[in-house]
Amino acid sequence: MDVIERIKTTLAAHPIVLFMKGTPQFPMCGFSSRAVQALKEAGAEFHAVNVLEDPEIRANLPRYSNWPTFPQLFIHGELIGGCDITLELLASGELARMVRDAARAASE
Amino acid sequence: MSLDRAALIRERIAAALAPQTLEVIDEGHLHVGHAGEGKGHFRVRVVSAAFTGKTPIQRHRLVYAALGDLFPERLHALAIEARAPGEG
Repeated sequence: MDVIERIKTTLAAHPIVLFMKGTPQFPMCGFSSRAVQALKEAGAEFHAVNVLEDPEIRANLPRYSNWPTFPQLFIHGELIGGCDITLELLASGELARMVRDAARAASE
Repeated sequence: MSLDRAALIRERIAAALAPQTLEVIDEGHLHVGHAGEGKGHFRVRVVSAAFTGKTPIQRHRLVYAALGDLFPERLHALAIEARAPGEG
């Protein structure tokens, strides 16, 4: 499967996906670490992709999403943003709402 | 080297977004020792009328568009604080 197909398949398979450096248990970058924390605080169950272990996705996701850095948070296949936006959404309460909506949609 | 990069970032954002205020802060020292990096981490604080009525993701895309080709070689990571005039 080519890399764009793999990205699309991953996004279709999970309502909330975080492409990050490292893993939620062992983030390898402060920005990725903060995004994980924000998702946890918002009560999110999410699928994480470690781009350090997947150089092909690391090289191609920025073009697919038109977003140059990691982490990248997707909900229902749509790019929500990177670390800063995730933190802003957490602070405003919006992230918790989006996470609840995603969980509800997934269970229907 | 990082001075050059900061100046370049400043120049690009100034040209693209005509900011009222613009700060470019080198945060490379915060990332020393992580996976070969410590280079190319910056924070920008931009106040620009270009952000008026735009969502956070649209604002970030405007900043990224101005800096496009600097990623990922010269610019590794960028923290963005994007505000329209009169906000926060």
